[in-house]
Amino acid sequence: MARLTAGIACSHVPAIGAAMDLGKTAEPYWAPLFQGFEPSRRWMAQNTPDVVFLIYNDHATAFSLDMIPTFAIGCADEFKPADEGWGPRPVPVVKGHPELASHITQSVIQSDFDLTIVNRMDVDHGLTVPLSLMFGQPQAWPCKVIPFAVNVVQYPPPSGNRCYQLGRAIRRAIDSFDASLKVQIWGTGGMSHQLQGPRAGLINKEFDTQFLDKLVSDPESLTRIPHVQYIREAGSEGIELVMWLIMRGALDARVREVHRFYHVPASNTAVGHVILENGQ
Amino acid sequence: MSLDKPYLGIPGTTVFDADLARKGYHLNSFCMSLMKSDNRARFKSDERAYLDEWQMTEEQKQGVLARDYNRLIELGGNIYFLAKIFATDGKSFQYAAATMTGMSQEAYAQMMLSGGRSPHEDGGCKAPETM
Repeated sequence: MARLTAGIACSHVPAIGAAMDLGKTAEPYWAPLFQGFEPSRRWMAQNTPDVVFLIYNDHATAFSLDMIPTFAIGCADEFKPADEGWGPRPVPVVKGHPELASHITQSVIQSDFDLTIVNRMDVDHGLTVPLSLMFGQPQAWPCKVIPFAVNVVQYPPPSGNRCYQLGRAIRRAIDSFDASLKVQIWGTGGMSHQLQGPRAGLINKEFDTQFLDKLVSDPESLTRIPHVQYIREAGSEGIELVMWLIMRGALDARVREVHRFYHVPASNTAVGHVILENGQ
Repeated sequence: MSLDKPYLGIPGTTVFDADLARKGYHLNSFCMSLMKSDNRARFKSDERAYLDEWQMTEEQKQGVLARDYNRLIELGGNIYFLAKIFATDGKSFQYAAATMTGMSQEAYAQMMLSGGRSPHEDGGCKAPETM
């Protein structure tokens, strides 16, 4: 049977991708950030999964205002890095896992989560930056990836509790897939940041630290945070953190924290990252 | 019955909700068109003529011409869509964020290096509630 081995949370700031693509990772501005991911890459080399179920949000790339799915699952064979207006990132094409994606789709919809099924989609920095942070710059990504896009662009996104419960349904779906696969689930976006208006530049380390603590030890308390509290305390774009709760909902109640990293700033954003291993 | 919008009182922050999305549909669709290089070239060669191809309000068109991002957000622009405008101008997210705060890009960048805008400052927000 398929086995969910670990969950990873990771911010997906576009400037991080640009820093890697342009060879700036050793510059003083970026070096501390990439050092924080060195233990992650060492861990990943020992724990490479067969499939990553990668939760992210599209940033007006594949989805305009013409269609806005709240939850969209990528079921295709492959997903091309998107041209976000300055050419696609020079990163490998993302290979999907259509069999597992279709299985999860059917299982999760039957658990009352009405997913949008996507069979053709380009993927933007929201998906490719976490892959770059965790895997570096390989010729091909070392595993299959199932993209799972969440609307956090037009308010309201799904609630934290909805996301957490969805994570639990995804876990049941993975557990019931009849193939020997190691699967990881990644939640991306966040942490505190605000990209718009006179309050742009907001960072709330205290909120972020508490969020990371609770994500490990008491995730259910996080499911009760209302949207307005994210916006007020973590910034208008900090609301992306609800995506981390899908990841956490899929993991065991008790997890082992393998690595944590927090860094300010990457451009306008607080970068948060944690690796959580499922229990035995 | 009107919808509860508890986020309306947050200083310096506009939440892109369903009402704003409706108001900004054509503005954001114009922004989206700038994903294509042919459209970027046409926009750059005659901004006004290109804007006139879209069902935007005159106010929205003026906002684009003036690159007044705070105004465009009030008029239904969403930051991820507006990003297509400043990307077309060859400007960074940090540049655009700085203009919205009224700070110079240097001062804004320095604020970020120093840990960002405090959530506790005046005009920011209250101390975190208990999680």
